[in-house]
Amino acid sequence: MEKVKEILQNYSSEGRENLIPILQDIQDNNGWLSEGSIIEVGNHLNLPVSKIYGVATFYNQFSFQPKGKYHVQVCRGTACHVLGSASVLKELESTLKIKPDQTSKDGLFSLEIVACIGACGLAPVISINGEFHAKITSDSIKQIIDNYKQQQNN
Amino acid sequence: MSEFIKYKEFIIDNVLINSKNNNEEYKHKINILKREIVYKPIIFIGTGTCGLGAGAGKTLNVVKQYIEENKIDAQIIETGCIGLCSAEPLMDIQLPNKNRISFDNVTQDKVVDILNNIFKYNNKQEALCQFPSENNESWEDVIPINEIPFFKPQKRIVLKNCGIINPISIEEYIANGGYKNYIKVINNDKPLEICDIIEKSGLRGRGGGGFSTGKKWKFALNTPSNQRYLICNADEGDPGAFMDRAVIEGDPHKLIEGMAISAFAIGATKSYVYIRAEYPLAIERLKIAMQQAKDYGLVGENIFGSGINFEIKIKKGAGAFVCGEETALIHSIEGKRGMPRPRPPFPATSGLFGKPTIINNVESLSNIAAIIENGKDWFASIGTENSKGTKVFALSGKISLTGLVEIPMGTTVREVLFDIAGGIPNNKKFKSVQIGGPSGGCITEENLDIPIDYDSLLEVGAMMGSGGLVVMDEDTCMVDVAKFFMDFIQRESCGKCIPCREGTRRMLEILEDITKKPANGDSHDALKRFKGITQLEKLGKVIGETSLCGLGQTAPNPVLSTLKWFRNEYEEHIFERKCSAGVCTDLRVFTIDVDKCTGCTICARKCPTDAIIGAKKTPHFIVDDKCISCGTCDEVCKFDAILIN
Repeated sequence: MEKVKEILQNYSSEGRENLIPILQDIQDNNGWLSEGSIIEVGNHLNLPVSKIYGVATFYNQFSFQPKGKYHVQVCRGTACHVLGSASVLKELESTLKIKPDQTSKDGLFSLEIVACIGACGLAPVISINGEFHAKITSDSIKQIIDNYKQQQNN
Repeated sequence: MSEFIKYKEFIIDNVLINSKNNNEEYKHKINILKREIVYKPIIFIGTGTCGLGAGAGKTLNVVKQYIEENKIDAQIIETGCIGLCSAEPLMDIQLPNKNRISFDNVTQDKVVDILNNIFKYNNKQEALCQFPSENNESWEDVIPINEIPFFKPQKRIVLKNCGIINPISIEEYIANGGYKNYIKVINNDKPLEICDIIEKSGLRGRGGGGFSTGKKWKFALNTPSNQRYLICNADEGDPGAFMDRAVIEGDPHKLIEGMAISAFAIGATKSYVYIRAEYPLAIERLKIAMQQAKDYGLVGENIFGSGINFEIKIKKGAGAFVCGEETALIHSIEGKRGMPRPRPPFPATSGLFGKPTIINNVESLSNIAAIIENGKDWFASIGTENSKGTKVFALSGKISLTGLVEIPMGTTVREVLFDIAGGIPNNKKFKSVQIGGPSGGCITEENLDIPIDYDSLLEVGAMMGSGGLVVMDEDTCMVDVAKFFMDFIQRESCGKCIPCREGTRRMLEILEDITKKPANGDSHDALKRFKGITQLEKLGKVIGETSLCGLGQTAPNPVLSTLKWFRNEYEEHIFERKCSAGVCTDLRVFTIDVDKCTGCTICARKCPTDAIIGAKKTPHFIVDDKCISCGTCDEVCKFDAILIN
């Protein structure tokens, strides 16, 4: 919550224009929007919590539960689809044992579907914590995920 | 800190204000800034998003380590993407007095070999191409870049600097002709004159709609107001398009200059770049470029003593496809839910905070500086009668060379796919190319020879859109593609108007029905499937005619277009319950080859629905009614005994 207060100090209390940038900063810092942080934002901007919640739920970027340590984004753009991203997603679901928008029990991985991450030339693509992995196959997924698991153990 | 910072005074006094371009000293300095003349080796590495995805980050580390270990005094420069994504990571090397030479697919394991060859043996090994220059000696037996089939037919205006210059060096951009015209414009011209030039050049919006840019600017200019806004739409949500990202990563100053001139032309002093949060690298490079422009006094107050003010702010999108629609985008900047509103009033008269607002896409704005520099007639001489200039296309899918190409309007689809991009890989047959993303349609074999311009694409039921070209071969199922787009659209529909919200969901349900194995064989179920096609056509028409915004109005296009050109595939799915491309896995029928089956029982044990029966060591059978076509038996069978139809 300290972090949220710090973020709010960067924005003047006037103007709804700052609502989305504030929510984005909180999302980036905390990984999710907690109930408490939304109330805090409401007090700061003098906006009803319902309005803020309405805006936050409209956009895909915001999540209402904590993300995993490694956040896996699966691109489901057209090029990725044509080159088999549906089976990539299935493989990830079964490897990580979670569905999209869920976080694994150990808090290590979370999974998200994104519309297109703009690396169509390298389809199918996944991005883990912002790092791109190109031309994914079901074999390479296991290897990539194992690498992250190992990183965690070391 | 840029190595060229010491040239700042020279650039401001002699390049931007009083150009004395015939004196020798001036030419020499410009050549240094343009890296035509270099005094120590330079290694360029393409670190755009595609490059990094292909491993350019690791390549970069190995290069750094190499020059350190071998004590080579060389400079490393990170560039954007030159457009040949399938050849990434790309590494270029420029030795003093020699042409810059380019290597493709330079993964980390290849770096040491290439660098050893260049630095120790002065040998070029297998280079991709070289960049011809009159100041330097050329490499023997290396093809010049403009003769490679991928680059030869291209005409690069927007992508001119991408992948070549250092994107975060304003000095290099200015040495290549940048910002000079902006200073000239704000000191000598009137806003209306600039609007006129752009209107007469024939530039049409590159974001999809294709409305005349100059005309739109005039609407805003002619609306009296104490404040106007310019917004650059970099919310490239269209899956399959990535040119805006590449332009911003590879040449952000081109966009900033285009915005500065546009803002002057419409009388705006404040501007926004609305950019996708999914493009962190583009945002970072744009921020650096904006700071540089500020330091040079090109952005800010009283620019070069002209009395003109111009400021840019970055607004990160929060992940909503509908925010590409202009009124939704405005709502999003205002901090509201990104839902469109009815037009008129058009944003050009009443937009952001109720003020006249012009929204242009990245590619449109990146054309502006070149039009001002070379004149409206030059621009109007490129392209076809009603579509002027060039268009950047993003090639992806089942195609040999993926990446970005910029071609004059009027080039045929066949030339782009087969001459430039090398056709379909693995000897497969071309089926269709999807253009314009979720709002567009497909172009089939018989229409491959149509020239690419706004009007001829509309004639065949497709549209320019933002310029994503996704190529599909015989292994792609068109019903599945239609289902994919419908799934995307119904997820991204903002929910404000009923035809789009409910209609797209119904269309998706019909498509899901068609591609699913029927739950039971009763006649009601069969009838529902048969009615599918006519319902799709009817629904599509209603959604197109009654939706509020562009997203809804064009939402049925992928379905209607595939229905028009690939009706046989729909019928095959409905009547024969078969997907010949083998994509709709639910429709597969599994049988067991009795000659190959050894009765090992593994399939029977693994089958999730107990649909496989048989005694040990005798051939097994699949009970059709129980089979859910999951494919598990095929995966586990060691004897290749599962047949799939």
